[in-house]
Amino acid sequence: MDIHEYQAKEILARFGVPVPRGGLAYSPEQAGYRARELGGNAWVVKAQIHSGGRGAAGGVKLCRSETEVQEFAATLFGKQLVTKQTDANGKGVYRLWVEGASDIKQELYLGFVLDRKSERIMIVASAHGGMEIEDLAESDPNSLRRMTIDPAVGLSEFQARELAFQLGLKGGQIAQMVNILKACYRAYRDLDAMMVEINPLVITGAGDLVALDAKMSFDTNALFRRPEIAELRDRSQEDPRESTAGDHGLAYVGLDGDIGCIINGAGLAMATMDMIKLAGGEPANFLDIGGGASPERVVRAFRTVLADRNVSVILVNIFAGINRCDWVAQGVVLAYRELGLTLPVVVRLAGTNVEEGRRIIDESGLPLITADTLEDAARKAVATRQKLAA
Amino acid sequence: MAILITEKTRVIVQGMSGRIGQFHAEDMIKHGTNVVGGVTPGKGGERLLDRPLFNTVREAVEATGAEASLVFVPPPFAADAIMEAADAGIKTAVCVTDGIPSQDMMKVKRFLKRYPADRKMRLVGPNCAGIISPGKGFMGIMPPHIYMPGRVGIVGRSGTLGYEAASQMKALGIGVSTSVGIGGDPINGSSFRDILELFEADPETDAVMMIGEIGGPQEAEAAIYARDHMTKPVVAYIAGLSAPKGRKMGHAGAIISAFGESAQEKVEILSAAGITIAPNPSAMGETMSRVLSTRRAAA
Repeated sequence: MDIHEYQAKEILARFGVPVPRGGLAYSPEQAGYRARELGGNAWVVKAQIHSGGRGAAGGVKLCRSETEVQEFAATLFGKQLVTKQTDANGKGVYRLWVEGASDIKQELYLGFVLDRKSERIMIVASAHGGMEIEDLAESDPNSLRRMTIDPAVGLSEFQARELAFQLGLKGGQIAQMVNILKACYRAYRDLDAMMVEINPLVITGAGDLVALDAKMSFDTNALFRRPEIAELRDRSQEDPRESTAGDHGLAYVGLDGDIGCIINGAGLAMATMDMIKLAGGEPANFLDIGGGASPERVVRAFRTVLADRNVSVILVNIFAGINRCDWVAQGVVLAYRELGLTLPVVVRLAGTNVEEGRRIIDESGLPLITADTLEDAARKAVATRQKLAA
Repeated sequence: MAILITEKTRVIVQGMSGRIGQFHAEDMIKHGTNVVGGVTPGKGGERLLDRPLFNTVREAVEATGAEASLVFVPPPFAADAIMEAADAGIKTAVCVTDGIPSQDMMKVKRFLKRYPADRKMRLVGPNCAGIISPGKGFMGIMPPHIYMPGRVGIVGRSGTLGYEAASQMKALGIGVSTSVGIGGDPINGSSFRDILELFEADPETDAVMMIGEIGGPQEAEAAIYARDHMTKPVVAYIAGLSAPKGRKMGHAGAIISAFGESAQEKVEILSAAGITIAPNPSAMGETMSRVLSTRRAAA
């Protein structure tokens, strides 16, 4: 689960990371007021969306007067900001962060992530931060410093010091960096984060370290024990179809094709999408109904898939282990009745209670197209779609 | 022999008195698994499915000589249950639970390293379908009737794709020695490589079907192991060739996930290591069949 920059900065500041003073605004007037409140003669106005690359997309601006702050804010509110990390629709801007401009001498990069190889938290750092960090990671991977943290011991002082020296820091900056590293690590560990990123971490003209931007992402599996983090969820930043589906225990990702997919298991769902492509079609979505799906959850899956107007055929592919084919079949029949389904549906059932499931489909009298194998199902779905198009 | 579980393996179920635990324990018993008891704190002394219940894993191990445990405990308590099994001397634990926090698993992996090699527990999962040696026994949630006993090992992240492979092979008359679901979580107990090692050493396994997917470094690691240490043929399918490139927030993920994590890159790495690739998910059975007959012809 992602949160906004200003929320990440508030959290990190609480753990001891120095951040610039700033204020949140929900309107252009409020943005102007925040600037006046902060004082000084230059402010940075930053669109708060769950994405990186905001600067290049025009979502961040250095303003020299209160009027300029208000004017820029007015152009941002309600806008869909498209960055290279969002999809073509972008993300809506409903909150702005206004902070005093910083005097920047050098930009560093600092990230904490879960490293799947060592199965530990890994620190990634570079003396050259800022907007081009991903390019640098590709062109000169050795310039990135990496360090894993032993979960039984935590981040050691010597490790933090070593990293600070490796980044070329000097004098008082060493102690400042050690504090920042330890604070980020504690925030990561204590709040069940999956990612903490400060980019850039700047050295100011006075030689001090300050977090100019911050991103945090959290482990959704741990939200049950982090209610204060769960509260920070901002649904305006999510794809409404994906989050509504998620509320009903369905993992859904919308795609560009027209063959709607209702499948159990993420692996089988990906494999079915591969098979549809191979047969000459394009999947409209990824959808995993999860384990132990009730007929009602299957109806919900149909509802979710049908909300996409591009869908012309639906493919149901279930290999039941912890699921039950009879429940899924009941769900398919129920979906037909309740939703007044008119689109063709291809159904492939296998595994637990398959005979009962097939019997329900056969005796339903509905125009369902049945398939025996994964390949058969994908081919029939694509053929049906082509017949409709012709 | 098979690997990890046979008809002799004494199995307990942690969380047996729960609705799901009980349902699957019953199915395991029905199919010949040697389930010797269950563990539910507070229900020690009671009986369920004609088996004794214990308060702790240690009591269960002392009373029944259990060697293996199936963990059906809800996510907030699952990591603790796994560590309890390790400390009580269980040799193999399978955890089906989906939704365990990553940092809990980090802790579990570190905890398992505390024990000397001869009493270190092997963990399979979490978030997996479990393990089955067809005709002998199983620990997990798979539908046992889709597996035919035989001499090909299966190892995969996805439960349902493992079922798919087993049923395609059965349709072609190819049976399974053991099928192992290693689970879909970023941090898991046993890797592809760990299970390949067991299959390589198992006299009742002739070949291995490996089912990977996008993300993570474990397929590439397994490829190197297979190239350098395996005499048995491996067939692999990697799911997600058509998956759209994930969009993410921040740069950290892109920086950390080095080369080799997309499906296409994994296919290239595996092919270069001499592993036969099933080009699509419907071709897992026939690719294995072809590899086995080439082998037989050469022998």
